[in-house]
Amino acid sequence: MNYIQITDLSKSYSDIEALKDLSLEINAGILFGILGPNGAGKSTLIKILATLVEPDGGEVFINNINLIKNPRKIRELIGYVAQDIALDKILTGRELLDFHSDLYHMKKKEKYERIKLLINQLQMNDWIDRKCGTYSGGMKRRIDLAAGLLHLPKVLILDEPTVGLDIESRNIIWQLLKDLKNDGMTIILSSHYLDEIDKLADSLVIIDDGKVIAQGTPAQLKNKLGGDRITLKVREFSTHEESKKISEILSSIDGISQVIINKAQGYSINFVVDKEKDLLTKLKVELAFSKFEIFSLAQSQPSLDDVYLQATGKTLLDAEISMTGKRDLKKESKQSMR
Amino acid sequence: MELKQYNLFFLYQETVALTKRLFIQLKRRPSTLLAGILQPIIWLFLFGALFSKAPEGFLPGVDSYGNFLGAGLIVFTAFSGALNSGLPLMFDREFGFLNRLLVAPLASRLSIVLSSFFYITILSFVQSIVIMIVSFVLGYGWPDFYGLGIVFTTLILLVLFVTSISLCLAFVLPGHIELIALIFVINLPLLFASTALAPISFMPNWLGWLASLNPLTFAIEPIRIAYTQTMNLDVVALHAPYGDLTCKSCISILFSLTVFSLIIIRPLLNRKLN
Repeated sequence: MNYIQITDLSKSYSDIEALKDLSLEINAGILFGILGPNGAGKSTLIKILATLVEPDGGEVFINNINLIKNPRKIRELIGYVAQDIALDKILTGRELLDFHSDLYHMKKKEKYERIKLLINQLQMNDWIDRKCGTYSGGMKRRIDLAAGLLHLPKVLILDEPTVGLDIESRNIIWQLLKDLKNDGMTIILSSHYLDEIDKLADSLVIIDDGKVIAQGTPAQLKNKLGGDRITLKVREFSTHEESKKISEILSSIDGISQVIINKAQGYSINFVVDKEKDLLTKLKVELAFSKFEIFSLAQSQPSLDDVYLQATGKTLLDAEISMTGKRDLKKESKQSMR
Repeated sequence: MELKQYNLFFLYQETVALTKRLFIQLKRRPSTLLAGILQPIIWLFLFGALFSKAPEGFLPGVDSYGNFLGAGLIVFTAFSGALNSGLPLMFDREFGFLNRLLVAPLASRLSIVLSSFFYITILSFVQSIVIMIVSFVLGYGWPDFYGLGIVFTTLILLVLFVTSISLCLAFVLPGHIELIALIFVINLPLLFASTALAPISFMPNWLGWLASLNPLTFAIEPIRIAYTQTMNLDVVALHAPYGDLTCKSCISILFSLTVFSLIIIRPLLNRKLN
């Protein structure tokens, strides 16, 4: 049995369906990535796992404990690092960690040892005794992460922990996550950064519109695409008709297994190709023969973004952009308030 | 709130931690404490001076207006402090810190509410004691030992009553702006519609009725008795339009209101915290 079992999870906020019968299985001791654009349902899933939001339907079991029926037992197992950093600005970092360790009922000796260890691990010695209100974004994120790790949770849940961070803080957090995973901790990391999930995750799920659209290891998901990607544009902003016509002409070339027209990127044409064959030359010849000019043409290895593109017909960046302005962040913030 | 799962030591540990946090905030930002003390002291000086030349016997049972006003300002100090007690919780809600507390395996989430009660009770007591000392220095008297017991009992009941309402509002209202606005709206009108500044006999009939139904009046009158005469629970403290009330009756009404408010906020707290 998997360590974390999520079955048919659903959640709605007034007229918005955030999760639609979502099911997942997560093994113990891995770093599990949750990838998806803003508004895909990642944070709702994370909040349900952190016992902060009650689902409308479905079940969640962590280590065979029913999350909905025994939230307190689940809280003993999990550490949670929220997307929005919540610190008491008036306390110093050390006072904040001391405060949190009391909420986790740690013994005096144990808590001082843990606090000392985490201060060293997250390189916080130089500023730990300053008030949290004076910290930079990276410092805040590190102290927030330390607070979530005080009680040595079996499962660490992180909601977009590196958003807006400087490179130094991001690298420190990445290294810590790798170390924690090597020590046997199960880590659930939600992100909309492809490289982060690609580098860190042993297994991942891609969520879009509250549903799972792909699940597996990064390599499995990329291999499923069947080959390299070639992206072609005959002009900066083409039309659907033009791109369709070109794709019909080019799709018969031997070695092209799939053609996707990407509307969000000016109707660019994406080919899934056999990487063993030199298809760039063939494409150039065929385009010249058909009297089409080339605006851009590039071949690359498949990425997680291609996996997302394959499933949804849009890139992750495009999905992010399309969500801009559609979300009422103030309303969502109010909804997440108790 | 999972009463059966209470582990008393854990409850104690988390309540102490939550209360300590509020006191560290107070120590580093003492303006709330100082404003809560300064405001009633200024009132004591100004109102005391305003009526300093009032004819003798102007107010029944007291030597001076300051002597009359002291009880009202002690109650007002405790009331204002308790009314503001929902603000730290509201800020924790707004800034997501409450969620951080709620993901911890608290023995009982009641500790979040308990810490607010402890904090505001201690804070109100400190402020009230300072007002009592200033009143004493100004020559407005000091209650006897028994009277002091009545003063503190009454203040505890009032603080519990008002704090429970304020915490309730902190969960119900959408944000701190609305909470502060509501505090502004109810704070002074409740003071003026009580016997803090004038006895019921000075008021028009409608205001007399309002004042004699105002919970502040039930706290003010026993304290006023403690200040002006040897404490006796059976002495009439309030000549209300609906009849005379003794000190004991006033405290009993205040006690009932407190118990009632704690009972009615419990389902809301359960819903919001679980």
